[in-house]
Parts: sequence; structure tokens; C-alpha cells
Amino acid sequence: MTREISYVQAFNEAVRQAMTDDANVVCAGEDIGAFGGVFQSYAGLQKQFGKDRVVDTPISEQAIIGMGIGAAVTGLRPIVDIMFMDFIAVAFDQIINQAAKIKYMFGGSATVPLTITTGGGGGLSAGAQHSQSLEALLCHIPGLKVVMPSSPHDIKGLMTSCINEDNTTVLVLHKRLLGMSGEVAEEPYAIPLGKANVMREGSDVTIVAWGKMANDCVKAAGKLDDQGISCEVIDPRTLQPFDIATVVESVKKTNRVVIVHEAVRFGGLGGEIAAQIQEEAFDYLDAPVLRVGAPFSPVPFSPLLEAEYLPSVDRITAEISAVMARPLLGA
Amino acid sequence: MDLSTDTLLDLHERMVRIRLFEEAAGSLAEAAKLPGFLHLYVGQEAVAAGVCAVLNDDDHITSTHRGHGHLVAKGGDFNKMMAELMAKSTGYCKGKGGSMHISDLSLGMLGANGIVGAGSPIAVGAGWANKYRGQNQVAVAFFGDGSTNIGAFHEAANMAAALELPVVFVCENNEYGEFTPRSETMAITDIVDRAAGYGMPGVIVDGMDSVAVYESATEAVARARRGAGPSLIEAKTYRFYNHHGVQNLGLKYRTDEEVEQWKKRDPIFTLEDQMTKAGLATAADFEAIWQTQRDAIAAAITFAEESPFPDPADLLLDVYTDAVVSS
Repeated sequence: MTREISYVQAFNEAVRQAMTDDANVVCAGEDIGAFGGVFQSYAGLQKQFGKDRVVDTPISEQAIIGMGIGAAVTGLRPIVDIMFMDFIAVAFDQIINQAAKIKYMFGGSATVPLTITTGGGGGLSAGAQHSQSLEALLCHIPGLKVVMPSSPHDIKGLMTSCINEDNTTVLVLHKRLLGMSGEVAEEPYAIPLGKANVMREGSDVTIVAWGKMANDCVKAAGKLDDQGISCEVIDPRTLQPFDIATVVESVKKTNRVVIVHEAVRFGGLGGEIAAQIQEEAFDYLDAPVLRVGAPFSPVPFSPLLEAEYLPSVDRITAEISAVMARPLLGA
Repeated sequence: MDLSTDTLLDLHERMVRIRLFEEAAGSLAEAAKLPGFLHLYVGQEAVAAGVCAVLNDDDHITSTHRGHGHLVAKGGDFNKMMAELMAKSTGYCKGKGGSMHISDLSLGMLGANGIVGAGSPIAVGAGWANKYRGQNQVAVAFFGDGSTNIGAFHEAANMAAALELPVVFVCENNEYGEFTPRSETMAITDIVDRAAGYGMPGVIVDGMDSVAVYESATEAVARARRGAGPSLIEAKTYRFYNHHGVQNLGLKYRTDEEVEQWKKRDPIFTLEDQMTKAGLATAADFEAIWQTQRDAIAAAITFAEESPFPDPADLLLDVYTDAVVSS
């Protein structure tokens, strides 16, 4: 039975159902208890499950991640919240040197079934320290899994998988999607990590995008239909591990690729994906793999500047048109 | 507190085991048989022994880069430890961790740690889980004086106090953060002063005296077990060797006289003298204990030397619990 709920409600429902199902699932973070989290993603959970299980912490990101690790290696399935993705920088030692490496460093004798949740992305005039998309930094670290859902349906199923994972996962809620509504099944379900979703089938060009950008690319694809360009839009959903097979399969059909992300282009995940595509499907490409992303600058505050900074539907549409306009060699 | 002879002998044996393991590791390092870094615990044995003798197997500890002593004191297996130091597949970490990452989850030992200060937040998490499970387990964070200057320690101490978690913070103040004296890196003399800032009790104890450490740990652990929250023990101690490696004299940052003064207070020989004078044990009793442990170390070295190195085919094993290929 499905009904329409919001992205943040779907997230909340995944946590609530997991906590109902498994007493080992516990939560900790800043303001997540009585207040329900600044994005209301943890609303009502402390009331339902108690203060020992949904813990309001001090503003101490290192200790928040560390306490999640300590609880995870000693048998719980903790979910810890880092309010804004930018704040993972405060806790990088615990994420990079501890959570990600403990299993390997300990020769497999420990597992860290920790889920880290955080709010990412721009578009709220939140400025340079509350707007970043730092997924590439996390995807670079062996031992972490990184998930960026683009819809209410996906976030519920992906969050469920993160909680069930025996590895440390980071799930990024896009702040501009919190109120997005969509059909979500009431009963618990899991969407496997590492499996892409073909959001829209098409034949002329493959678009790879995640989070809010995946939705914007579907909008761009609608506009390009009017120009006679058929776009296939793939949302990888999980960025680490990355489902390159689904992308390559699509590229073999369309022969052109555009990768779109909110993060800055330089060193962004688009570069990695482009490299893998040329390694696996070079002979199928009719045009260079294009990356659309933010320029190499901190996220600006002014709405006018931020609108210029973030990839827009219009810009994405224009970039895809340009790729399609490129003549074939020898044509 | 009058400790039973059995308890005193237990403290003694834990310290002897640490001393012999570390001296053997030092010799092997000098013979170039151990790859990587080596941070020896010699001199500080009373702290690990005194605290771990109070703990149960299902209590948790977090450790430091100088972590061999903590694992030995918690009951660690010489064979697996020595094999890990020699980078063998039979080691605690199958040769993937080394000296700075030895761990034994079955003994509640949540890992030595290559990052100064990083263990304390993890101990707080174990404390959180222990409180939530309600089975009376406690978590102990071992750390050095130097790590009380890093943010992770302060966040962990405040978190444990704010959430009233069953955690004991044990600072081994050996007076040097690597190669720099404590007096140059903090404006206070006693680490214990920091406890007040988090609203937790703190106590200074002679870290060369295993009985004194045992007594203060007994009180701190009991406090944590009864739900009264965390506390801090500052054990004043000294490492007899350099920050890493096996040099002990002729160092640029401390005098040989200072080293000799501290060595006169050797925690093992001090306890032996006290027990002998009290008529609780004889020199022959102690020699038998040393010999038993020397034999165990010799067997561990043989085990480690005869063990195979890791198979390169296992390079990517245990990055994740499942087979993730992200090439």
C-alpha cells in the first residue's frame, strides 16, 4: 500500500521502522531528540523510543562519529547525524582513519555497521560552509559506502539498506529535496546499495546524475524531447560502490554521455566516472564525455551568485544540446 | 585497601608479561625483524596492569599507538601479537594492521590507534552501547598526556560526562608528547585539572605503583558501573625507551639522569621488593614467574617466525564485509 509522503518523511519512516524491528538500532546527533533535527528528519523518534536510544549530543562532531563507531564495534547498529555535510570536515579523522579502516586494519575481526546521515547540497543561500557537496571526498576512502537519494521512494529503501549494512555508510539527504513528495510504500523495503536506477529511458545521450541533480536532469530531458533529443537519465543512487555496468550498458546504446553534479567539477566524481567510461566503452563514444558541475569556487551566499554557481536546468539543457550538436568524426 | 596475595601476583604477572613482550619486540626490531614503527610501553606497565586487573573480559578498552601493554594486560595472546608485529598472516590483524592496530574484540580491546586522541571518542561509544544494553559493562580509554591537547579528547570527555556514560578516562602522563616535554605544550602541570572542566572527578595516582593504580581504578570502575558517570585517572609515569624504537639514553629531549631516576622506580621491581619484604613471595617465586613468561615469549617468537606471510591474493579482503570492486 503506497501513499504520497515527503522525502524527509520517507527517511524518518525508514529509521522508525528499523528501530521498531531491531532494538540494536540507536541514534545520536545534534538536536535530533526533542527537536527532531534541524530538518525534522528524526522528528518524533525520541518520543517514541526514549532518550537512551535517540540521543541529543553536544556539538561535537568528532565525538558523535566516534561514539557511533564505539557502539557499532560493540554490537549496536547506530545511526549518527552530522547536521550539515560541511561539518564532516570537523570529524574527518573519525570517518576516514577510524570508521573506514577498522575492519581492514583489524584483519576483519571487527565490523562497523554505522550509518552516518547528513544534509548536503546548495540552493538555500546557506553560504560556503552549509551548502557543499563533498561526496567525492568520501568516495575516495576505501571502507565507506556513499549514498545520495533523489526521491522519497529511494531514500526510504536506501536508508533501510544503510541501516542493515555491516559496513559504514554515509547517506546524504539533499536539503532542497526535503519537501519533495512522492509515492512511498508503507511497509518496510530495501533498495540494494550499488544498484543504479534508470529514471528515464532514451536513445541519444546518457545523463548520469544523483541527488537533486537527477531530478533536474529529468526536467532537462523533458525540454530536450522538444528538440528531438532522447535522453536516458541514470541515477546511480549509490556513489560508492558505483554501478558502472549500468552506465556502460547505456553508453553502448546512446554513444554520448553527460555527467552532472552539484559539486565542483575539478576532482569531482564526474572525472572518475568519465575515466571508467572511456576505459570500458571508448569505442562506443561519439563525443567526449562531458562533465557539468560547479565552478572551482566556494559556494556563494547571494541568491543571484548561487544561481549562477549551481548547474541549472537551463544550463544542463544547453550543455546536452551542445554535446548532441557535435558532428561525428568524418561525418 | 589490602590486596590479596593472588591479586598482587596477578598485577605482577601482567607487568612481567608486558615487560618481556616489549623487550623481545625491541630486540627483534634492532635485528630488523619487525617492519614499521615500534612504540614500547616499558616503564608504564603498572598503569595497564593496574587498570585491566579490575576489568572483566566483556569490559572495553581503547588504546594508543603505544598499545601493546594494554592488549597484554587485557589478556592478549602472545602468539597473535608477535605474529602481527612480524606482519604474518597468523597475527591478530592477519598482517594488515601491525603494531599500531593490534586489537582483540573478544577481549573488549578495541584497538591500538595510530591517531593521537582518537580512541577516546570510541570508548565513549562503547560506553553508550554498554549503558543502553544495561549489562553493567564499562569502557576505559587509555591515552597519553599529549592527547589531552587534541580536540577529540575534549569532545569525548564532555560527551561522556553530559550523557553520564560508564567510561573511565586513564591518562598515562609520561611527561613527553613524542619528543617535546609536557611543560612546553601545556600551561598546567597536572592533567587531572582538566577533569573539573567536564564536571567529572579526577585523581592523580603514582603510575609506577601498580597497587595504587589498581586501587584508584577499582573506585573509578565501580563508580561507572553503578551509573554515576565517568571519571579521570591521571597516572604519573615514564617510558624508559624513546618515543619509538629502542634507544633509551643519549636522547636530545631528556637527560640520562632523568631516565636513571625513573628507572629506580621500576614498577615491577618495586612490587617485588614490597612483596618480598612483606613475606608474600620469594625471589625464587618471582624467578619462576619470569621464566614461565620468558618461555611463553620464546614460543611466541618461534610461532611468529614459522608463520606464513599474508597471501597477496587476500590484499582486498576485509575492506568491506562484502566483495566491493571499485577499481
